[in-house]
Amino acid sequence: MAVMNLISTINHTLDVELERDDSVVVFGEDVGLEGGVFRATVGLQKKYGEKRVFDTPLAESAIVGTAVGMAINGLRPVAEIQFSGFIYPAYNQIISHVARMRNRTRGRLHLPMVIRMPHGGGIKALEHHSESLDTLLGHIPGLKVVTPSTPYDAKGLLLSAIRDDDPVIFLEPSKIYRAFKQEVPEEDYTIPIGKAKVLKEGTDVTVVTWGAYVHEALKADKLLTEEGIQAEIIDLRTISPIDRDTIIESVQKTGRFVVIHEAAKSFGPGAELIALVNEGAFLHLEAPPTRLAGFDVTIPIPRGEHHYFMDAQRMAAGIKKVVHY
Amino acid sequence: MLTEQYGPLQKKMFQIMDETGAILSPDLVPDRSEEEWLQSYKLMLKTRSADNKALQLQRQGRMLTYAPNTGQEAAQVGSAAAMEKGDWLVPAFRELGAWLSRGVDLERVYLYWYGNELGSQFPEDVRMLPISVPIASQLQHAVGVAMASNIKGESDVTVAYVGDGGTSIGDFSEALNFAGVFNAPVVFIIQNNQYAISVSRQKQTKAETLVQKAVAAGIPGILVDGNDLMAMYAATKEAIERARRGEGPTLIEAYTYRLGAHTTSDDPTKYREDEEVETWRDKDPVKRMKAYLIGKGVWSEEEDAKLIEEYDEEALEVFRKVEASGETKLEDIFKYHFREMPPHLQEQYEEYVQYLEEVE
Repeated sequence: MAVMNLISTINHTLDVELERDDSVVVFGEDVGLEGGVFRATVGLQKKYGEKRVFDTPLAESAIVGTAVGMAINGLRPVAEIQFSGFIYPAYNQIISHVARMRNRTRGRLHLPMVIRMPHGGGIKALEHHSESLDTLLGHIPGLKVVTPSTPYDAKGLLLSAIRDDDPVIFLEPSKIYRAFKQEVPEEDYTIPIGKAKVLKEGTDVTVVTWGAYVHEALKADKLLTEEGIQAEIIDLRTISPIDRDTIIESVQKTGRFVVIHEAAKSFGPGAELIALVNEGAFLHLEAPPTRLAGFDVTIPIPRGEHHYFMDAQRMAAGIKKVVHY
Repeated sequence: MLTEQYGPLQKKMFQIMDETGAILSPDLVPDRSEEEWLQSYKLMLKTRSADNKALQLQRQGRMLTYAPNTGQEAAQVGSAAAMEKGDWLVPAFRELGAWLSRGVDLERVYLYWYGNELGSQFPEDVRMLPISVPIASQLQHAVGVAMASNIKGESDVTVAYVGDGGTSIGDFSEALNFAGVFNAPVVFIIQNNQYAISVSRQKQTKAETLVQKAVAAGIPGILVDGNDLMAMYAATKEAIERARRGEGPTLIEAYTYRLGAHTTSDDPTKYREDEEVETWRDKDPVKRMKAYLIGKGVWSEEEDAKLIEEYDEEALEVFRKVEASGETKLEDIFKYHFREMPPHLQEQYEEYVQYLEEVE
């Protein structure tokens, strides 16, 4: 058992899989020599050589597009996009090919590939470095979209993602890359994609969130506990496909539902989750299912971002409104 | 025509001044007075002071992520000096010298890097587009601006910048192609500073030069010593005049070097050798221009030291102002998305204001 933060866990996990499976290749901008702008791939090129861990020219569309070709031809590419906000040039490849190849060829071709990237905000970065793609990626049929909130989950989910025979988008909350450490087993283990995790059981309200917001929600939970509110906190872990059962079961018990996400409110994952709750737990509801989400604005650059991203206090205030409805 | 003598396939680099400030080709020196060269030099110094100060403040934790500029002043100031009042500037993000040359005040620049969108709200008489972080995407806008000048029958030229890494992005090729097809009055300047973060120019493309990409687009190009103010001025001037005559776009590769980091978030010692950096320090564009002006008797070490001190103080003063008033106003986050705020946004804004009042 080693104690690791999120970024060193990503590095360790890639190392494990490069070692175990010769078909795994890792690449992207600054991924090889430098080891990634966040150091996710540091040391890997040295260990596995330039054929398996390499720098690409600056071209997101080509990074994803060539990954498609590699996956068709027997490799398991793990491509890095430097920041989630740089993915848009590759969006054409993702929506037109990554998500469709298996269906288009009626199963003749499939794409065992992973696109991983730092995701989300709250790190006082320049424009385009704080984007939340939950909505834009979650909406595409044919993609799995995963986001861990702890080092332990990151290893299990990333191994599942690389071993998956279909494309997986792996969103790494950059805000918590180095926020805390946790014990991560050295040995091989996987966490199934599509399974949420109940972090804390409660009876008064179901709170679903993911990524960096999980940790704010747990802080909010402490504030609620002080006021006698027992919230059930669920880390969604996989944005698509959504773990319906865990959520519906929880809402049937609590009768109240709050979803919290960084992405802009309108047309976001919150709307999807509320629809699921309405379909599966309507007669159990004691308050309107509620979204606490980003404003429908471009994510502000640093001097305004504290208004966009929610802290525990603001989350707690929103949850309380639902409990006291 | 310089583009014929130093065209993409000639494999020659256009230079007027050597590393010591000595003139190599007197017949190619542009027709400008020593006073005008001195003005350009002062802009280079001002750029460097502002850059040094930003870096210093970033290290003190008072400025956020910043993209250092030092070493590239001639490529920026030299090209911008060739522009006329009505011409358009389309930046990437590392063109401090060009921005200051075009009349963007340092307060805006610092406000941007301080993390406030108002840093991109330029005065209306400054024809400049905002910083474009998505690499090479701005080149499309530049071509569009230039096409509009054509369509409207106006003679303004657009000058657009991109880095060496940006030439690998599809947008770069698409922009050059459009510019050629529509004969757009645009000048593309590649600031080839040899690195895209950690990836060296050699790993970016197998092409021997970046400027040879002009050949495929069917447009003229020229490889220029980007640390030579005179050469940058002359090459850009010729390209702008050609565009203004209705003869279309030009690609300029300014061969230069980023002496600092990509941004304050990276450590260049991880991907390049100190010796390499030192050889480029010898090619410093500021140093060679200073030597030239002192040789001409229009400048002195004493005046130089005094002016740097003045610029340093000025930069600090500007930053203090930004620091004192640079926080983003809450309403600014909402009010600029549309001419009129739609009801759902108005509601989100009001709900949040109400929340803030409740917790305070």
